This record gives sequence, C-alpha cells and structure tokens, in this order.
Amino acid sequence: MTDYRKMWQDLGMDLEKHDELLSIIPEVYGELFVNQEKRPSSMEYFDFVMSEVHGLRVKELLDLQDKGKKVISSFCVFVPEELILATGGASIGLCAGAHYSVPIGEKVLPRSLCPLIKSSLGFKLGGLCPYFEVSDFVVGETTCDGKKKAWEILGEYHPTYVMELPQKRGDSDKELWLKEVYKFKEKVEDETGTAITPEKLAEAIKLANRRRKVLQRLYDTRKNDPVPISGKDAMLITQLSFFDDPERFIEKTNALCDELEEKVSKGEGAAPKGTPRILITGTPMPLPSWKIHHIIESSGAVVVCEESCTGTRYFETLVDETKSDLDEQLKAISQRALNINCACYTPNVGRIEDIIRQVKEYKADGVVYYSLQFCQSYSVEYYKVEKALEEAGIPVLRLESDYSDEDAGQLKTRVEAFLEMIK
Amino acid sequence: MITAGIDVGSTAAKAVLLRDREILGWAVQPTGWSPKEAGKNVFQEAVKSAGVSAGQIEKVVGTGYGRVSLDFLDKAVTEISCHAMGAHFYYPNNEVIIDIGGQDSKVILKNDRGKVVNFLMNDKCAAGTGRFLQVTINSLGLELDQLDKLPAAEPANINSMCTVFAESEVISLLAGGTAKESIVAGLLKSIAKRVSTMASSMHKKSDITFTGGVAQNRLLREMLGRELKAGVVVPPNPQIIGALGAALIAQNI
Repeated sequence: MTDYRKMWQDLGMDLEKHDELLSIIPEVYGELFVNQEKRPSSMEYFDFVMSEVHGLRVKELLDLQDKGKKVISSFCVFVPEELILATGGASIGLCAGAHYSVPIGEKVLPRSLCPLIKSSLGFKLGGLCPYFEVSDFVVGETTCDGKKKAWEILGEYHPTYVMELPQKRGDSDKELWLKEVYKFKEKVEDETGTAITPEKLAEAIKLANRRRKVLQRLYDTRKNDPVPISGKDAMLITQLSFFDDPERFIEKTNALCDELEEKVSKGEGAAPKGTPRILITGTPMPLPSWKIHHIIESSGAVVVCEESCTGTRYFETLVDETKSDLDEQLKAISQRALNINCACYTPNVGRIEDIIRQVKEYKADGVVYYSLQFCQSYSVEYYKVEKALEEAGIPVLRLESDYSDEDAGQLKTRVEAFLEMIK
Repeated sequence: MITAGIDVGSTAAKAVLLRDREILGWAVQPTGWSPKEAGKNVFQEAVKSAGVSAGQIEKVVGTGYGRVSLDFLDKAVTEISCHAMGAHFYYPNNEVIIDIGGQDSKVILKNDRGKVVNFLMNDKCAAGTGRFLQVTINSLGLELDQLDKLPAAEPANINSMCTVFAESEVISLLAGGTAKESIVAGLLKSIAKRVSTMASSMHKKSDITFTGGVAQNRLLREMLGRELKAGVVVPPNPQIIGALGAALIAQNI
C-alpha cells in the first residue's frame, strides 16, 4: 500500500488521530464484509476502493485540482451535482457516519443533536477527513434546523455555501428552489472560472443519471429470492458512489451487476431462498455506518432495500435528459429535488407510497424504521408511516440509534424478536 | 416430554422444568458477573427441584440477554417471544403483557396462540426498569421486598426519569423532610406512568398481564391499573414467566 502520510500532512490533517481512526477499519471491515459467505467476486473492486478510501481517491482529486478543476463537497442528495460535473470538477459526499468524530463535534455542538451533524463537524475540526481538506468549498442545505445552524459554525473552519431548500412543494416553493439552482450555478461558475454551457450540462445530466441508473440496476437484483448480494455489500456500494470517480464506478458496478444477474439466473444467493427479507427506511447511513445492517444480517435475515438518502432516495428520481436549452435544463434539475420524498417536506405522503410500493417490489417481509437520535423530522414522521403500514398489513420495527456500539445488544434483541414475530 | 427453559436476565437467572402443562420444578438465582455460570447453575438447581435427571430432558431453550453465552441449548429465543408464551400459559385471553425486567421494560401484544404480534421496548436507558427502582429505593435505605410493607401514602412528585437524576431528586426530597413512603409511592408512580405511556398505544379491552421480577410489587400493580384504567393480573411467580415461556417453546422445536 502506498504511503499517503505526506499527502495527509500537506492537507493539514491530524496524523496521529487519523491513524487511530483508520486502524479500527480493517478489523471491522474484515469481520463485517470480507468474512461474508457466498460473496460476489466483483466485490473485490469495492474492497479495494474501501482500502484506499482516504488514499488513492484523494490523490486523484488532488491531481484533478492540479489541472485547474475544483472539488466541491456536500451532505445531501438535493445538491445539484450536475452543475459541478458540468465544469469537469468532482462532486463528493462527505463522511459523517463514525462515532469516533462525534465527541470532537461536541466541542462546538450540543450533545442533544443528530450524530450525523456532530460526526461531520468532528471530522473537520479533528482534521480527520481528507475529503473535507481537499474540498474547495462545502455545500450545505437547509434540510433541518440542526444542519442549518451547524453551517454557521462550519463556515468558521471551511468555506461553506448554503442552499435554501423549501419545506413545501407549492408553486412559490418550486420558484424558490429554481432560483437557488440558478444562484448555485453562478457560484460554481465563479469558483471554477468555467461557464456552464448547455452542451456540458447535458453531458453532466446524463453522467449523473447513469450513476443513478446503475444503482437502480444493482437494487433490481435485490428484488430476487434468493437475493444475490447481501444488504451490507449493496449499501457499501451506495455509500462509495458518493466518493468514487463516476465513470469508473459505473463501469465496475455494471460488471458486478452482470455477475449478480448471472447468479439470479442460476438461482444462487448470498443468503438461502426463504431468508426473511427486510426493508430499511429512514435516516441516511453515511460511510462507515454499517451497524443496523450488520445486526439484521447476523440475526438470520437479509436487507433487500434502503428507502433512504444512502439508498433509493438518491437514485430513483432522475433528471429529464431531453432538454437542450439551459433554462429548461436548470428547471429539470430543480424539479428532481422536489420529487425526492424527504421528511424535511410537509406533507410528505409520497414517502409512505414509496415504502409500500418498495415492500412489494423487493418482496420484503418486514420494515425496519431507523432514525438517528434527535432527528426530529424522521422521528415524528414515524407516526404516519406506522399507521399506513399497519393498515397495509406490513410489520414494522422502530429503531432509534447513533453510531456508537453501546446499544448493539439491545438492538439485536429487538431485531431477533421482530424476526421471530414475522416468521 | 420434559423440556427446560432458562432465562438469564441482567439481574436474575431463572429456570423452569416442564412436562406437558405441569411445572415440575423451578429456580431463581442472581446472575452475578458470569451469565454463563449463572445459567448452568440455575438449570442444575431446577433439575434438582424437579427430581428428574438431566438425561430425561429432551429440549432446552434459553432466553434473556445471557442466552448467547449458554452453550448447551437446543435453541435461543428472545425474551419477548418467551414472555408472550409464558403469559399466554396463565392468561390466554389477555392480549397485552407488560414485563418489567432488570434492564428493560417491554409491552407485548400477542395473538390467541401466544405469538407476538407487536412489541415496544424502552430506549437505551434505565428509566422505568427494575434497576431504576432498585437504585432509587436503595438511596432510601430500603430493599425491594420491603416496599409492600410500607404504610399507604400520597405519592411525592418525582420528575426525573433518569436513574441518576432521580436518585439526586430522592435525596433532595429526603432533605426537605418528605416521608419515605411518599417518596416510594412517587417512584412507583413514575414507573407506572412511563410504562403506561408505552402500553397505551397497544392496549385493547382485555386485562393486562404483568410479568417480571418487579410485578411482585403490589403497589406498582395497583398504580399500573389506575394509569391504564384496566385490570392488571400477575401470574404466580411472575419472575419465571420468561423461563416458562422458553420451556413451552421448547416443546415445539
């Protein structure tokens, strides 16, 4: 393995703490991923990406910057990555899923706040994330009050740009978001010194859509029983899609899908036919948060779908590719965000319809409703979702947790009891 | 057919030996530091009390948080399924079971065959559990089995649900001259309120079956009934219901 210490040092990272953070990963990754039985051989590429997650990919981004391109990072699937890709820059989704950085985030944030926000600020404050350091600027958005206020603090440590996301889907909301997309286009053009042309934007829209489509292809294989890939592996790929080079990611994921589709035709599965199938719905699971999947899959079930921003909410909604006029393209981009059923909207009945449709499509036996601690929108929305699922005769288990392992025992008991219940 | 159920909880380990629908023997022991040892010992003790030999036992099911540490089981089943089955043995018509154990409390909804239909468990903290009661009443210099002997009193207002903060609250109440029995009544009321909130979303018309070690307490039982506006029944030896359920499940594996 190449030594990246010089690169990390030049990026101003805390080498000692970063070593400590990375030292935990190989053992956990080995236990959770590499040791899985009947694993598709094409997972080798993603194991490699994971082993180089703070190395080779960061080096590529630095090389890209040497060529005058920009690296722009975000935390949310609403941020129009097409505009970044149209300038030849890289759009990265940042790390926010490790308990290790939570106490560091708590130096500037209250304890009673979503662990995702605390983890992400902790990564920056602790000098633990090379992607943060390599980013020319970070794009925040107003999906929740916690994030909205945290950007003000993050702005003291890193250039931060905030997009205002509407909370409803009326005409004035659509207008607001369209204006925000225009403003973001200007911001990207200013920062990169590149004009976004309709031709470039058309290519970028297609590229971003292709990345979403390959994830849809991957998830389509999970609709089969036996399921050809574990939930952990599938989610890992979704997590890595936010980091990896898009073209290479599409190629490698397609290769994996070829293998998976062959397994499906032969009736081979990562878990035996008839294994209880679980759909997870709720808050995102950013890298490296694998806890809930591991608990479920080590209790004799398999996760077949994630209705979350590190799942179907990211890729099910595409941008209309047929437009060639810049104004129409920007309108198409802005419409995508309003079609994503995030709990930040009120009302948000589309999410309930999505869950019920996906339970059927993915042949799920039960739903696990996962929300991060202190996530108000998703915790409150549970009431409506539970009611609708109950009416549809779909069993649901609610889990609330953070990134630490202290509650793993209790969570496992609940998951096992839920599986005993739905059998 | 003779079966055994072993429930290794956070506070106590319980074992029940069953022949068809007859309880042959049972035992309860503190779990202590080794769930594995406690499970083995309580099983042996139950075998002795039943007057059978270990060889006659056909199936053994383990439950409770210590179930994973027992290496002689035919199957491990969660305490949620076991409590439902054990409660069903005594009160098949009651749909809702409230179980207050050492480190968690749960509300279980079961069907007419004793199978779990839905359940809720308290979040990762000791509020509304046996541990909450133990820690807070110990700061009054009392033990759990003395509570029912205290004179009736108006419950003091206990606001904190956190075990640590409730303990400080108890100390301030004592310093302010509040009678012990009022504080105890206040603590029990706070548990009853907490658990009733959990149970209210599942509660149907039938009586509620109350299980777990804490169910031995008469005052808490009465308070739960008042909060839920429902009849609350407690099976004989409520502490061994999980182990009994495990032994019943063992008959069908």
